[in-house]
Amino acid sequence: MKMGNDVYVLGIDMIKFGKFPERSVPDLGAEAALLALDDAGVTINDCQALYCGNLMQASAMVGQRLLQEIGQTGIAVVNCANACATGATAFREGWTAIKAGLYDMVLCVGVEQMAGAGLLGGGGGGKGIPTEGLLGSGTMPAVFAEAGMEHSRKYGTTFEQFAKVSVKNHHHSTMNPKARYQIETPLEDVMGAEMISYPNTKLMCSVNVDGAAAAVICSEKKARELGMKRAVKVRASVLTSDRWTQRDLTMPDVNTCTRDAAAQAYEMAGVGADELNLIELHDCFATAEILHYENLGICKDGEAGRMIDEGHVALGGRIPVNASGGLLSKGHPLGATGIANIYEVSTHLRGEAEKRQVPNARLGLTHVIGLGSACAIHILEAPSS
Amino acid sequence: MSEEAAASKPLPIVPFLKIPDSGDPYLEGSECKKCKAVFLGSRSVCSSCGARDQLAVKKLSNRGELYVFSITYRSFPGIETPYVSAVVDLDGGGTVKGNLIDIEPDPEKIKMGMPVELIYEIAPRKDREGNEYLTYYFKPANA
Repeated sequence: MKMGNDVYVLGIDMIKFGKFPERSVPDLGAEAALLALDDAGVTINDCQALYCGNLMQASAMVGQRLLQEIGQTGIAVVNCANACATGATAFREGWTAIKAGLYDMVLCVGVEQMAGAGLLGGGGGGKGIPTEGLLGSGTMPAVFAEAGMEHSRKYGTTFEQFAKVSVKNHHHSTMNPKARYQIETPLEDVMGAEMISYPNTKLMCSVNVDGAAAAVICSEKKARELGMKRAVKVRASVLTSDRWTQRDLTMPDVNTCTRDAAAQAYEMAGVGADELNLIELHDCFATAEILHYENLGICKDGEAGRMIDEGHVALGGRIPVNASGGLLSKGHPLGATGIANIYEVSTHLRGEAEKRQVPNARLGLTHVIGLGSACAIHILEAPSS
Repeated sequence: MSEEAAASKPLPIVPFLKIPDSGDPYLEGSECKKCKAVFLGSRSVCSSCGARDQLAVKKLSNRGELYVFSITYRSFPGIETPYVSAVVDLDGGGTVKGNLIDIEPDPEKIKMGMPVELIYEIAPRKDREGNEYLTYYFKPANA
């Protein structure tokens, strides 16, 4: 059999997302790292490099600090920060190194402690007076509300359709024991919750949680050596930044960088959007999820409202989206999110997602964006048994 | 006592708001002579096409069209809510963000695409040194 230079996820796991104020960032990352190493059946001594994603302590050498808790073997450590795409960027850096033939096995960790972080974003800072509330809003709920309103302007998407995204994702999370919340949120509850930035109510905003996720990834040679039964193939790994668009100084363009990344990922994987069995995408706000159905090409432009109305993106539908509960209910620990998405899709591809399992899942896509703006997309393929 | 005395005149809230010694305040942008992209503020390289030293100073219009908005109910401590956060495409190029005032913060009342005009006013807060700032707002305009 011809040996290629494909990259595989040998082991992957995440901690249950929640609030752990008594613990530290390296401690949370170390727990996820040990879970992933166990899942892969290897130890830190088998890993040739560590790629660690963390945003809020980006200058604190989090990767080195977590190695103090799992074994200091002297390997190369790269600390990554790329807004909400931080974890996916760390994963992709590991993928790049293996793809280049530099290493056969590396550890990728994403970790974030968010409890009490409150509203993120906001304008101003530095000189002068804060501009928040004087020159519009720079909070993340408002920024993504405006991105959603752009979709409303073009296609007439309604508040109710945006709210249905949250109902779906919260329902999915009731089947995910690692999600922060496992509670149903009926439509009237979502629409009637405290309005944060119209049209995003509190239940349409992602949850600030502490979390960590980790993956052991390896070369095809190493995967064959250690056994391929649960090895998930990385068919595409893509990272983009925002191209210039007319309004990008005033409203970060979350669409173009995703469309660019999706086009590159489908080409790299040699698959079309219609061949995917599930997607974990960046539902940082309910409005954002609607945009990404079209950005990722699972429906035509203007059809996203119909996707949610007709249940195509719910478990049991044509292309389930955010079976984990998504960032809206599973939670959104910035640095961990990208790898946690890869964990969710891998779990389905391995047939291990239990109650929320997408039947016969063969191909899945993960997507994150970070403002403003980075987009990472991975396409993953089930172990071939 | 503060080392720095407050400026005698209001300061611009953002660098691209210009306050001439005589005449009315206005927003200033740059236009790329090569690709015609318009930016807020000044720069020497075009972020659209990468051309160097092709950017010409451009006085931006005080009229435009409401592109999108959201109504902000929750903001940071000390920020009065609700308010309408709006993105406006200016006539002749340039897109700016600001507060839309003189309209009820009700999604039914605010029409995307509606004409707006910019007005310039002293901001309701000062900085630590006691400096006043000139800011701009959007308000509905007649078509």
